[in-house]
This record gives sequence, structure tokens and C-alpha cells, in this order.
Amino acid sequence: MSDKKIAVKVDHVSKSFKLPTEASQSLRTNLVNYFKGIKGYREQEVLKDISFEVEEGDFFGIVGRNGSGKSTLLKIISQIYVPEKGQVTVNGKMVSFIELGVGFNPELTGRENVYMNGAMLGFTTEEVDAMYDEIVEFAELGDFMNQKLKNYSSGMQVRLAFSVAIKAQGDVLILDEVLAVGDEAFQRKCNDYFMERKASGKTTILVTHDMGAVKKYCNKAILIEKGLVKAQGEPDEVANQYSFDNANTEKNDQGKNVEKITVNNLKVELKSPGQTTPEEAVEFQVTYDVLEDLETYVAFSMTDIDRNIWIYNDNSMDEKTKGKGRKQLTYRCHLNGVNSLKLKLEVSVRDEKGKMLAYANASNTHIILVNRNDLALDDKSGRDSATGLLRRNGMWEITNE
Amino acid sequence: MNYFSKENRILLREMVKTDFKLRYQGSFIGHLWSILKPMMLFTIMYLVFVRFLRFDDGTPHYAIGLLMGMVTWNFFSEATNMGMMSIVARGDLLRKLNFSKEIIVISSVVGAAINYAINLLVVFIFAIVNGVGVSLGWLTIVPLFLELFLFTTGIAFILSTLFVRYRDIGPIWEVVMQAGLYATPIIYSLTFILQRGQVTIAKMMMLNPLAQIIQDLRHFIVFSGSMRGWDLIGHKAIALIPYVLPVLVFGLGYYIFHKNAKKFAEIL
Repeated sequence: MSDKKIAVKVDHVSKSFKLPTEASQSLRTNLVNYFKGIKGYREQEVLKDISFEVEEGDFFGIVGRNGSGKSTLLKIISQIYVPEKGQVTVNGKMVSFIELGVGFNPELTGRENVYMNGAMLGFTTEEVDAMYDEIVEFAELGDFMNQKLKNYSSGMQVRLAFSVAIKAQGDVLILDEVLAVGDEAFQRKCNDYFMERKASGKTTILVTHDMGAVKKYCNKAILIEKGLVKAQGEPDEVANQYSFDNANTEKNDQGKNVEKITVNNLKVELKSPGQTTPEEAVEFQVTYDVLEDLETYVAFSMTDIDRNIWIYNDNSMDEKTKGKGRKQLTYRCHLNGVNSLKLKLEVSVRDEKGKMLAYANASNTHIILVNRNDLALDDKSGRDSATGLLRRNGMWEITNE
Repeated sequence: MNYFSKENRILLREMVKTDFKLRYQGSFIGHLWSILKPMMLFTIMYLVFVRFLRFDDGTPHYAIGLLMGMVTWNFFSEATNMGMMSIVARGDLLRKLNFSKEIIVISSVVGAAINYAINLLVVFIFAIVNGVGVSLGWLTIVPLFLELFLFTTGIAFILSTLFVRYRDIGPIWEVVMQAGLYATPIIYSLTFILQRGQVTIAKMMMLNPLAQIIQDLRHFIVFSGSMRGWDLIGHKAIALIPYVLPVLVFGLGYYIFHKNAKKFAEIL
């Protein structure tokens, strides 16, 4: 597909755990079980034949619900657990943070903890020396490094741990649900760092519940459910699938979560050309089947791909559909007043409370290229102004004193 | 994986350093305890065994020989105990980080070895004060310690592997150590057994590497008249057993540990 090197390759990995069925694991229960022919444990398949590849430079997201097996997968990638079947290959030095501040000792100073942690992650003293200043600076703990860790506030401890995590110079960085730390200013710094890391060409694997983070940082993602890869590919699509799954499951008789589909066959057809000008109308048609007696409406957004912002959103909340059956809606609008844009049209169907019932998959998500073709090649001023989102409409008034 | 790689050496150093640093954490006189504690314990031992119980069998510098045996045994006991617990004690780490597990066990043994070195230093001071002559024989401490270290580490590997699965090993090992203490000529001397005509028992005792190491230390450092197992056991192939055993135990221990180490994170 591309000539990029594979950084992490997960090849048909399966893993199961033996969960004891009895509370105690004493010799007596073992003997009793043996003579009764009871196994005494239950095999719990956590991962079933998982395969994916992370290329060098990817910012790779792994999402999934609690108990879906993503943490086990992460531990297998980090080589803490050994898979039963399949194998994991990692190229380059891997730094893995299943949890922040592992091995931090409250009786040691901040500085000693950084060196200790570094040693556990497999760095030499010189390597820790080299990154020490950056870690301290990032954590904003310059005055406290010679204080014992037990005298730190919990926020300070987390900051130090997180700084070690992201400043550790590995080729592959693995982070597990760590985005929700620190105060706002620190979060902003982390955000900047992730953006920087995304651009730096180093490989990062992020496990999280936060769909915003996946959409924002990742360029690839997988969704794990019940030990299987449920969706793989574009982060937007994976994140949508995840949000959708979470909204549309309910407990069945056995108390297990099952997905409930109330709307299917959602199709979006673009009626106007995919390449257009701001003056031309944009028109599309949405069709879907409602399987239950529900009120539904369509909501869509047009996102500017380059700027990653919503340009135009609308919905049919005031004209909800009623009852079961096939629904067809057509929408027509103008994007007057904008400059050139690359738009992504994302459509979803919602119920009266706004809960997402269906969303358009990749083949029903259309790209609309809006091009201004009225600008002359030598119109330098016009072309410069056209880099903005909105078309210029102001006037200069020059007064000479 | 290379256990002598730079990363692992640094990890070992950091772990030993931390343990040592935190040993007398919060005490007023801090590391002075490292010297003061053995000195006080030695004084008690001297009073009990030499003055009151009169275990002295007439061997010159009996008290120094007693201390020598006692500190060596204490090292073995401390190192195997700490080594046994080390993997479980660091279970929290093992479940979240991937690093060489061997280093954890070795660091406990090295930590105990530092203690041993300090104790030995005190014993040497006592010895010189007691009039034991300093000789080249003192250098035998180097190969003998190496032997002791291999044996101890090997046992610690086996115990820690078992302890992960079966916590029963804890009390069992405590009992074994208690038995071992009495089955090794430490409090009483080898001569004490020989004087009662129990030659076969004395020979069997000397097959224990710990007994051999302690007797060798006494022979080469304290008093050259102390009987070595080597001289006691006529058949040289048999006399060699305590010297070979530590190497075998280390090899076996390492093999067992290495084979099971991958599973530690899951069991803990």
C-alpha cells in the first residue's frame, strides 16, 4: 500500500484467561475438583484473532468499551502478556505507559523518581540526563525536583508522571487513557504536544474512550469489541461507530448488551456535482428505513477538511418523520459568500431526543470541492484574500493626514 | 536478552541504590545503623555463646569464627527471603511495565550482599582487635563469596518462581532455614561434632555448600587449625560436591525462572 515501514505488527493474536470459578484456590478445593472432574476455572476469551498493522509515523487509536479487551491488547503489544496464538512484532524502541507513575516511590525526590522510572523504561543514565530538563520544564516543577514525591500534590505527581511519559524518547510511544489529567493549561500543553508528535513522524498508539481525542489526533483507528476488531480505518468512522454502538445497545434477557438497530439502509446521494462553485446549489438526497414506530429527523454537517471546522450544519427537526417505513428527504442549499473549500458531508439520523440512530458510512460520506473560478490568475490581491473562509466584501477608506 | 547490557546494569544499580537509601528512612542516625546494628548483635551473641553458655571449644578466636558463620548465614537467609518475595512485592510494576524480571531478584540478593559486606567489615575489625593475623588467606573471601552468591541467587530464583504460584513456600522456607541453621556448624563448631565421634554426620554436614563456605572462611581467615570439609572427606570426588552444587543450583534456578518469567504478570 505504501513504502512506509511497519512499526508494530499484530498478527492473529488471541488470548484467553483462566478465571477461577471458586473463591479460594486452596489445595483442598483443587483436590475436590480434581476428583469430581471439575476444571475449577472458566476460560475467558479476551482477544480472538486480532490483526492490524501500525506504520511508522502513525498516530494510532484503539477504542473500545470497558471489558472489550483493549487493555489486554495493549499489554500484549507492550510485551507484558504473552499471546496464546499469533505474535506481535515491534520495530524500534518502545516506551509503554499502561498507567502513569508506575514505580514512583513517595520517599524519593522528584529527581530520583525520574531517573528510577527512566531506568525501568530501559533508558541509560545518559539518556535520562538528556531528557531530564525537558521533562522538568514540561511538568513545570523546576522548584520541586529535590522535594520528596510524598510532598507533591496529586496534580503535581500526575504532571511529573505524564511528562516522563511523553518526553521519553522512544520510537513507539504507547499511552493508555491518560488525556484526562492536569489542569486546563496543562491539558492545552498536552494537546500541543500531541499535535507536534503527530507531525513529527514518530509512532504513537493511544488507547482511549475520548472520541474527540481520536478524531483530533489519530490518523488511523480500530474499534475493539468482544475481543474482535469491529471497525478499522478512518478515525472519524471508527469514532462514529463507537458512539453509535454506545447509544444503541440495550440489555437482553440474559443481561448482555446487544445492539438494537432501529434505522438501517441509510443512503446519501449527492445530486449536485461533487466539484462546484460557491454560486451553485448543493443538493443531496437522504433515504433510510425506520424499523420501529419512531419519530426521526436527519442532521448533517459540512466540515471543512483542511481547517477541521463545521462550516454549515442543518437538520430536519421541525419536520420529523413519523412511523415505520422508508423515508426520503432532499436538501438543497447555497454556500454563497465562501471561498474555496474542501467539504465533507456527514449525515446522521436521530430520534426525537437527539440520540443517533444511524450515521452515514464512508461510502455515503461525500466530499464536495467548492472552487472559486472567477479569479484571474494575475489578480494577486483577490487570490490572497481568497485564502480566508469568507469571500471579501469590505471597502478600504484611506485618509491621508 | 542480555542481562549484562547497559540498561540492565543501570536498572540494577538504581534499584539497589533506592533500597539502600530507603532502608533507614526516617531514623535519626540513618546509615550509622548499618554498622551499629551488627556491632550490638555481635556483642549479644558473644555474651550468650561465649560467656554464659561457654560453647567455646578451645579453638583460638572461637568468637570470631562464630561471628563469621553467623553473618554468612544471615546473608543467605536475608537474600533468599527477600529474593523469594521480590517478584510478588513488585507485582504492581510487573503488571504495567516490561522489564527484566531477573534484575528484581538479583537486586534483592545484591542488597543483602551490601549488608553482608558491612557486617564482614565489622567482623574483620573484631578479628584484628582479637589478634587474628592479617594474611593473604583473607583473599579467599573473593572466590568463596562468588560461590555463595551463585548458590544464593540460584535458590532465590527457584523460590521466587514458586512463590508467585504458591504462597505456601513462605512458611515452608522459614522452617527449612531454621532446620538449616541447626544442621550447619555455626553456633557449634565442626570440632564439637568430631569430638563426640560423629564423623559420618560431620562429613554429611560438610556436603552443604553453606557449611563448606563457612568452614573454609574460618580456616583461611580466622584460624588455620579449623577443619575444612575438604580435609575431612577422604574421597575427593565427594569432597568436591559442595563446590559444584552452587553452579548447578544457579543454572537450574535461572532456567526455571526464565521459563516462567513471561507468565508472572498474568498470575500476579
